[in-house]
Amino acid sequence: MRPEPIAVLVSSAAPLPSPAPARTRLAYPFSALVGQDEMKRALLIAAVDPSIGGVMVFGDRGAGKSTAVRGLAALLPRLSAVKGCAFHCDPVADAGRCAEDCAPCAQAFGGAQGVVELIDTPVVDLPLGATEDRVVGALDLEHALTRGEKRFEPGLLARAHRGFLYIDEVNLLEDHLVDLLLDVAASGENLVEREGLSVRHPARFVLIGSGNPEEGELRPQLLDRFGLSVEVRTPDVLADRIEVVRRRDAFDRDRAAFTAAWAPAEAAIREQIVAARERLGQIETPDEVLEAGSRLCMAVGADGLRGELTILRTARAAAALKGATQVSVADVREIAPMALRHRLRRNPLDEGGSTARIERAVNELFGG
Amino acid sequence: MTKSPPDGQAEVDVWSEACLVAALVAVDPVGLGGVSLRGGAGPVRDQWLAQFREGLPSNAPVRRAPLNIADDRLLGGLDLAASLTAGRAVAQRGVLADCDGGVVVLAMAERIETGTAGRIAAVMDQAEVRVEREGLTQCWPARVGVVALDEGIEPDERPPAALLERLAFRIDLAGVRPGAAPGWAQDVADARSTLEAQSLAPDWVIEALCTAAMKCGVMSPRGTLLALRAAAVHAALNGRLDIEVDDLAVAARLVLAPRATQAPQFDSAPEQGPDSDQSNAPEDAAPPEADLDAADASPPEAENPEQDRSDAVPPSDIVVAAVQAALPQDLQGGGLPAVAPRSAPSRARGEGAGVVSARRGRPTGSRPGVLRPGDRLDLPQTLRTAAPWQRLRRQAVGPTQTLTAANDPTRIRVRPEDFRIRRFIQPSESTTIFVVDASGSTALTRLGETKGAVELLLAKAYVTRTRVALIAFSGRDAEVLLAPTRSLTRAKRQLSDLAGGGGTPLASAIDAALALAVSERSKDRAPRLVFLTDGRANLGRGGAPGRPIAERDALEAAAQVRNASIASIFIDTSPRPQPNGDRYARAMGGLYAPLPYIDAGAVFGLVDSLGPARGLGGLRGAA
Repeated sequence: MRPEPIAVLVSSAAPLPSPAPARTRLAYPFSALVGQDEMKRALLIAAVDPSIGGVMVFGDRGAGKSTAVRGLAALLPRLSAVKGCAFHCDPVADAGRCAEDCAPCAQAFGGAQGVVELIDTPVVDLPLGATEDRVVGALDLEHALTRGEKRFEPGLLARAHRGFLYIDEVNLLEDHLVDLLLDVAASGENLVEREGLSVRHPARFVLIGSGNPEEGELRPQLLDRFGLSVEVRTPDVLADRIEVVRRRDAFDRDRAAFTAAWAPAEAAIREQIVAARERLGQIETPDEVLEAGSRLCMAVGADGLRGELTILRTARAAAALKGATQVSVADVREIAPMALRHRLRRNPLDEGGSTARIERAVNELFGG
Repeated sequence: MTKSPPDGQAEVDVWSEACLVAALVAVDPVGLGGVSLRGGAGPVRDQWLAQFREGLPSNAPVRRAPLNIADDRLLGGLDLAASLTAGRAVAQRGVLADCDGGVVVLAMAERIETGTAGRIAAVMDQAEVRVEREGLTQCWPARVGVVALDEGIEPDERPPAALLERLAFRIDLAGVRPGAAPGWAQDVADARSTLEAQSLAPDWVIEALCTAAMKCGVMSPRGTLLALRAAAVHAALNGRLDIEVDDLAVAARLVLAPRATQAPQFDSAPEQGPDSDQSNAPEDAAPPEADLDAADASPPEAENPEQDRSDAVPPSDIVVAAVQAALPQDLQGGGLPAVAPRSAPSRARGEGAGVVSARRGRPTGSRPGVLRPGDRLDLPQTLRTAAPWQRLRRQAVGPTQTLTAANDPTRIRVRPEDFRIRRFIQPSESTTIFVVDASGSTALTRLGETKGAVELLLAKAYVTRTRVALIAFSGRDAEVLLAPTRSLTRAKRQLSDLAGGGGTPLASAIDAALALAVSERSKDRAPRLVFLTDGRANLGRGGAPGRPIAERDALEAAAQVRNASIASIFIDTSPRPQPNGDRYARAMGGLYAPLPYIDAGAVFGLVDSLGPARGLGGLRGAA
C-alpha cells in the first residue's frame, strides 16, 4: 500500500530542518521560467511518476536547465519520513529495510508514535568534483579517527533517496561515476563494498542530468537509462528574450520580493503535482493507447521494451497532470518525442535529428 | 567620467577603456561576473590589477588561484594536518569561499581544465560553494567576481567557454601603453550605493539590448543580462539612477561586441552612418521616459537633420551601431557567415599532463609516496597502513605525566612513510586529422565520403576516445574546417556545407596538418593524419604554381612529418593509383592505401583498422 503523504503536505507550513546544508540563497521560481515548455513538462511528469526513470536535458548554455531543476526543488511537496533515519525512509513503505541497524526505522515499523516527521523532498545537487566516497557513502572518518571503529557514513545517494538527484554537465562527470549512478538509479539500491564495509541501502531517486552535446556526447547505453530526454534552446523570439531578461533582472535585484510575487503560481503547480499523484493510480489505459505506443516504437526502431513502457507511464502521468481520467492517443503523440528521442539507433549519416524522425513516424501512424 | 564613444574606425584608447572596465567590475564584481584580461604578464597588467584593487572596498578579499589548483584548495575539503592533530575531520575552506565578497584572480586562465572551469562556474551561478568530498558536507557563501588572466597567444588559446560566458568583459592588453591612473576610488564607492538605489530597468532598455543581442548573434541570455547589468553599473558610476542611451552604448561595446558571432543585420535601412549616430547621442540625450512605448522611444538625436530618413532611431539601433563599431575585424565585413567560435570546447590543457593524470581518471588503488601538491591522499589506506604500528609508536613516545597532543593515547600516529597516494589511470586520447583534397572535379565525392567517415568515427568516439579534425585544401590554401572535436553535433554543423574546386596545394596542406598534429600532441593526445587525395600536387608553398615546385615542397613537408614521427596514412583516391602517392607516404613514414572507389565505410574501415594511434609507428611503410 502506498503511503499518503499528500494529505499532510498541504496543511504543513512550518519549515523543518533538512539533512542537507541549507541553501544560503533563494532559488529562481520554477513557474517564472519563460517558455521551455517541454523541459518543464518532463520535469513535472518525472515528479508525478518517479518510476519513469529520470530526465536528461540537452541544451545550449544559458537556456535555463539548472535554473529549472533548482526551481523544482523549491516546488515539490513535502514527504513524511522516519525521524532520525539517515535515509529518511517512508514510515509505511520501507521502514526497517534501509539498514540492519537503523533503530529509528525499527521503532517506526513497530508502530511507535512520534517518530515521523515531514521533510522537504530532497533534491540533491551533485557538485562537479564530488568524490566517489561522498557519492556512495564511505567509512566515517571521524569515527575511525577518534574511536577506531568502522562505521558507514551515508553519501549523496542516501540523501537523494525518495527525491531527485541532479547532475549538471553529466558529460563532464567521470565515466565511472556516471556508470555507478545509473546503476543505482535503475536498481533503486546502493551497494557499498569498500574500505572493509559492506552496506546496502535503498536509494530510489529520479535522476536528472543536463549537458551540452557540443562538449562531448554521452554513451548510448547511458542515454537509454534515462526515461525522458528533452532538448532546450535559448529562446529565439525577441519577446521571449526580453521577458527572460526582465524577470531575471527583477529576481537579481530583489529575490525575496520576486519569489513572493510568484508564490501563487508556484502553489498552483504544487497542487497540480499533488493532485496528479493521487489520480495516477486510477487512470485508465485503453488498449488503443497500448497499441499506439507499440506501433510507434516499431515504426522508429526503438530497441527493447523500455521505450514502450516509458511511453505508457509518461502518457499516463501527462494525463494525470491534465486532470483526465483516461489516457488518450493524443497524450501519446504529445509525449512521444521526449520518451523516444534518445532511444533511436543513431545513424550518423542521417541529417535530420531524432526528433524529426519521431515526428515523421507519429504523423504517418496517426495522421498529420 | 563619461567616455566618449569611439568614432568610427578610429583607434579606441584601449588603456582608458581597460580602466573603465576596472571601475565597472570594482563597483559590482558579483553582478558582472568579472573580466577576462588577455595579455602576457608585465607592468601593464600589474598596473591594471593595482588600479582595480584600489577600486574594491578595502576589506574585500582578493586571492590569486594558481593554474593547477587542486579541488580541495579551490572548493575546500578536509584539512589533513588539522584533522590528524585534532583527531576529527576538520574542514578547510577553499579559495573561492575565502574570497566571499571579493575577487578571485585566476592565473593562466587559458589553460584551466574544463572541469575546473565548470566548478568555478557553478559557484558563480549559485554564489555559494557546496562541497561533498572526503567525508565532508559543507556549504559556504561565495559571492565572487573573477579576473581571468588569459595569457593565450593563439586565437584558440582562451579560457574555457563555460567561464568566459559568465564574465561580462573581455579586454586585450597586448601592446597597450599604460596611461595615467584615473583616480576614481571615490566614484566607485559612491556608485555602489547608487547601484543599490536603482530600480528595475525600464522596458525600452531591456528591449534595446535584447534586439541588439539577437542581431549580433549573441544567443545566450547571459550575455544580454550581463550587458544590462553593465549598463546599470555604468549609470551608477556616473551618479545616475536611470539607465541612459550612452550607458547602453558602453555596455554594448564592452559586453555584446566581444560575444557577437555575426555582423549585425540592420532590418531595413542598410547603413545609416552609425558613427554620427553615436557621437551625437550621449551628450544631450535626456533620459527617455520609462513608460514610453519602446518602439516609439526616440532619443533626441533623431532630430538630427542628417538622418531624416526615419523619423525615429530606436535605441536598439544605437546599441547595434555601438556593437558594430567595436566588432573584431573578421566580423566587420558583414558578409561573413557566423563562425561561432565561442562554443569551442576548452583545449587549454597542456604541459602539466603528468600532474593532471595524477588527479583525473579512474582510480586504480594507491601507492606509497611523498605527498606533492595536486596529489590526492588515500586517507583510509593511509590509516590502514598506520594502524599496525600504533602500539609500537605509542611506546616509543613513552608514558608521561602531562597529556599533550604528542602523547594522547587516543591519537593516531601517522608518519610520512604511511602516506598512500591515490593513482588514476587516464585513458590516452587520440586525434585523427583528416586532410582532404577539395580540388578538382572529384572533390565533391571525396569530401562527401570523408564527411561520412568523420561522422562514423565520431559516432564511436566515446569508445575510442578519439577526436576528429578536418583540414581541406583547395585553391591556394589549406584550411582547418573542423577543429579537433569529439562532438558529433558540432561536426555535423560545421561540415554541413563544404565547397570544392581549384588547385592542389598539397605542401600547404601537409604543413597545416603537421602544425595541428604537433599542437594536439602537446595536449597529450596522440595525433594521426589521414590524407585523402589523388596526390597530384600543382601548387607549392605560398601558392607558387607548377608541378615540380609543388612536388618538391610536398616531399619536403612530408619529410617533416616523418621527423616529428607522427603517424599517418595516405589514401590515394585517384582512379589509377600513381607512384606519387606512394612516394609521399614513404616520405612521411606512413601507410599507403590506394582506394579508387572511395566510400565512407571503406575510409572508416582503414582508419579503424589502424587501431590506437600510438600503435601506428610499427606499421610504418607496410605498403
